[in-house]
Amino acid sequence: MSNAISREEVAKVARLARLTLSDAELELYTEQLGQILGHALDMNSLDLSDVVATAHPFGVTNVVREDVITPSLDRETVLAMAPDAVDHRFAVPRILGEAP
Amino acid sequence: MKSAMQIAADVRSGVSSASAELERTLAVVEQRNAELNVFLYVDVDGARAAASVIDSRIARGENVGALAGVPIAIKDNLCQVGIPTTCSSKILEGWRPPYNATVLDKVIAAGAVPVGKTNLDEFAMGSSTENSAFGPTRNPLDPSRVPGGSSGGSAAAVAADMTSISLGSDTGGSIRQPAALCGLVGVKPTYGLVSRYGLIAFASSLDQIGPFSKTVTDSALLLEVLAGHDPKDSTSLPEAAPSLVVHVDDGVAGKRIGLVRELYQGADDSVVASVHAAAQALRAAGAEIVEMSIPELGLTLSAYYLIAPAEASSNLARFDGVRYGLRVKADDVTAMMEATRTAGFGAEVKRRIMLGTYALSAGYYDAYYGQALKVRTLTIDAFARAYQQVDLLLGATTPSVAFAFGDKTADPMAMYLNDVFTIPTNLAGDPALSVPFGTGEGNLPVGVQLLGPGRSEAQLFAAARVLEIADGRP
Amino acid sequence: MTLPNGWEMVVGLEVHTELLTKSKLFCGCANHFGAEPNTNICPVCLGLPGSLPVLNREAVDFAMRIGMALHCTIAPSTFHRKNYFYPDQSKDYQISQYDLPINSGGYLDLPDGSRVTIERAHMEEDTGKSTHLGGSGRLAGADSSLVDYNRCGVPLVEIVSGPDIRSSAQARAYAGELRGILIATGASDGRLEEGSMRFDANVSIRKSGAPFGTRCEIKNLNSLRSLQRAIEYEALRQVELIEEGGVVRQETRHWDENLGETSTLRVKEDADDYRYFRDPDLVDLAPDQAWQDRVRAALPPMPAERRGLVVALLGEPSEAQLDAVEVVIDLGLEKYVHAVVDAGSDAALAVARAANEIAADVDHVDNLSVEAFVTTLTMEQRGELSATQAKTVLAELLAHGGDPRAIAADKGFEQLSADSLGATVATLIASNPDEWTRYRDGDEKLAQFFIGQVMKLTKGQANGKAVIAELQARR
Ligand SMILES: [Mg+2]
Ligand SMILES: [Zn+2]
Repeated sequence: MSNAISREEVAKVARLARLTLSDAELELYTEQLGQILGHALDMNSLDLSDVVATAHPFGVTNVVREDVITPSLDRETVLAMAPDAVDHRFAVPRILGEAP
Repeated sequence: MKSAMQIAADVRSGVSSASAELERTLAVVEQRNAELNVFLYVDVDGARAAASVIDSRIARGENVGALAGVPIAIKDNLCQVGIPTTCSSKILEGWRPPYNATVLDKVIAAGAVPVGKTNLDEFAMGSSTENSAFGPTRNPLDPSRVPGGSSGGSAAAVAADMTSISLGSDTGGSIRQPAALCGLVGVKPTYGLVSRYGLIAFASSLDQIGPFSKTVTDSALLLEVLAGHDPKDSTSLPEAAPSLVVHVDDGVAGKRIGLVRELYQGADDSVVASVHAAAQALRAAGAEIVEMSIPELGLTLSAYYLIAPAEASSNLARFDGVRYGLRVKADDVTAMMEATRTAGFGAEVKRRIMLGTYALSAGYYDAYYGQALKVRTLTIDAFARAYQQVDLLLGATTPSVAFAFGDKTADPMAMYLNDVFTIPTNLAGDPALSVPFGTGEGNLPVGVQLLGPGRSEAQLFAAARVLEIADGRP
Repeated sequence: MTLPNGWEMVVGLEVHTELLTKSKLFCGCANHFGAEPNTNICPVCLGLPGSLPVLNREAVDFAMRIGMALHCTIAPSTFHRKNYFYPDQSKDYQISQYDLPINSGGYLDLPDGSRVTIERAHMEEDTGKSTHLGGSGRLAGADSSLVDYNRCGVPLVEIVSGPDIRSSAQARAYAGELRGILIATGASDGRLEEGSMRFDANVSIRKSGAPFGTRCEIKNLNSLRSLQRAIEYEALRQVELIEEGGVVRQETRHWDENLGETSTLRVKEDADDYRYFRDPDLVDLAPDQAWQDRVRAALPPMPAERRGLVVALLGEPSEAQLDAVEVVIDLGLEKYVHAVVDAGSDAALAVARAANEIAADVDHVDNLSVEAFVTTLTMEQRGELSATQAKTVLAELLAHGGDPRAIAADKGFEQLSADSLGATVATLIASNPDEWTRYRDGDEKLAQFFIGQVMKLTKGQANGKAVIAELQARR
């Protein structure tokens, strides 16, 4: 049986997820993900076309809060957590492209 | 080891003090933590300060709450102000949250003394606590074996008599499975009963915080403290916390309990024998046992291992080296994020992130994530039908007793199969608990699982108490 | 502008508007423009591990107001996660509405009578803001960037039009009309310069009646002028490209205001895989009829209706008057106009005074009571104040408030009595015999000469109409 996921697909998924894989990892994950996904494809043996999808078991709707301002965090506390901060802002290396 | 109930009574009455109970805990931690690797961080100073505040409040005649002076261990995926919170991941090493999880506020308000943070499978992904960046936790009952996972540290804290109670989280069995492997009571409450605010998310639609303890009553006591509406969690049930402790001795007379084939089939003989013995004990206590089959439960493992990773792939995106935690330097921001995540996450976390990313990606969503959500519907409907016939369900918690280190680490699928009996109720959002009943290989404990419809915790505790007594722990 | 050689542009707009809530969409941090960096952030909007979002009710109300004003259907909706890694987005996903938006299927009628359909108007959260260091201060060429998360989590409504717009002027008219609606609903302050409204334009071209061409998206246009110019430039660029034998590539483009041209930002790739799925931290939103009715009942009249009411007062308005009406509607000044008309005075004068004098100091409009405005204009019409004096009184009322009669008295704007005006005119006739002769012989221009002289002598206290009456009487 062909693997449920190809090496190229695993490489693409890793890029989407911002992970770098060595060749050996790529090999291993392709096999392991293939096995798990192959198992999952069992579900496709069922005709579920009439079944609605349930994303969440929680049935309550319209949970809202009132539009009231509550205290924010202390800025120094927050910036102390940052790997790099400059001028009261979070510093990052250059950004190569605009946001999508 | 005294129960939490007893400690709180002794502290309130002056027979003991919060400080004395804490020192006893710290002494056991000192003695056994190096060997077992239960706590990743022990907040000695903070706990001592908290205990002495409780003692002085008691001296002033104040009511300090249901958990007065009870030391409690906290799974390290729950945020506590100023205390390192790592999720057992290098990516969060050294991070100290500026806010408390709601459950921390609640146990502190009830007089409990948080002792420290316990080990887990990284980001709660695992069934053995072997996936921790800070080394595995050993099972106190047999240190050559795993304590289960992902809440292995919180289970081991109680099993090693470090604390009487602890907090875990259960996404697919992460409380019930280690409870079973460590001989404890462990509860996965109804989805929404306990606020998730401050629980570092693994899979948001499945995660629930719950208690570990040696006795059924202690879990009921702790869950009463944890439960209740929280306006900070949109998925928190709107009602106040239910009364649980008063119902612990309600018994099971007249109850109908379904013994579900799919919830023990394929387990080791000793486990199957325990489940049948538990059924017998419940029958002896006046319950009617109904043998049942719920074939839909056979599909839930596949659905779970798509839904949970899908949600996780998104929940774990924020660990990108920009705002907190690890950063691995690189020339541009994308390279920095990649280097950080590649160095910061362990193999199992990466595996699940990729699995979930794939399941949600264009062209595969329908075949994987979409299909899994439909199986979730089937699971919910199947449970609902079952609960029209019976009050509760009975099965095994795990296929086997505690296994040895390395037994299942090479094969993810083998590890995932550990959760086959526990994940169905996470998908449905219903409550379930594991209670020790009988022993198996190596005289190690076996856990049996009781499941019920939403908000049936009081009935589950009553049934568990029947089994506790029948198993020789009156 | 029309395109050459029978080409037609096809434009759809995506408009993001920030909502005027007190707090952010999913947390209690202040929604406040211009605060010190990273002072309005909390565990939720900073995406700290373990934090959870809770929806702001007021944001839902504003979203529904916008939907109702745009004739949309309000339906049960859900929140999804749009997953992509970017440093200004604290969770590396944006909470947005996807396949089930709160508002869908509406329309907006423009002043010229054309109709633009509204596909949807959904809720989502804004991102933080980056400052770029090194290079020219723009993203390209920068060495590093600094992120401020104050804006992260601010509520937005994204309004997506159908591809119904056929000219850059129509696009501008649509954006302007939409801005007026957003201000009228109270959802937005309409301050484009502060980024509270941002436009993305999808532009393609085709020969009339042909299928749609490949479109390019121009991102982040933040003025009506840029919107119009960018669309014009982009449509012409596509025409030239195709006529030279090229093909339009689907891409996102950047508008450079200084160069006056668009350039490639990024080509659409299959990497744009946002892996949308329902946000498991949020529940379904399904406002019931009572909630919807409450919002609808509080919805004020929209600009089109208000404009119609003012225009009707003017009879056959000129272009200039229509522009003045636009200013009155835009600034919400029509209550002044209606009050003047109700008091029996002139609508055209009221529109002119509102569109010029009030508009000039609209920040202080609260100082000017409707009664004071009516009194001032009535005095002007009766000749008790000259035009210049009326303008001075209005300026004073806007600056400090008060009673127009008292202000007029204080400034010495006592209207010249008819007798003293007659005497003044008589004196001027005597001292300017040549001009008087020419006026009497029919040269009407000379009326202005005499009015000017009277004004000079009376220090502007005379009424021009009254002067003409005196001159006529002596002709
Ligand atoms: Mg959008
Ligand atoms: Zn916030």
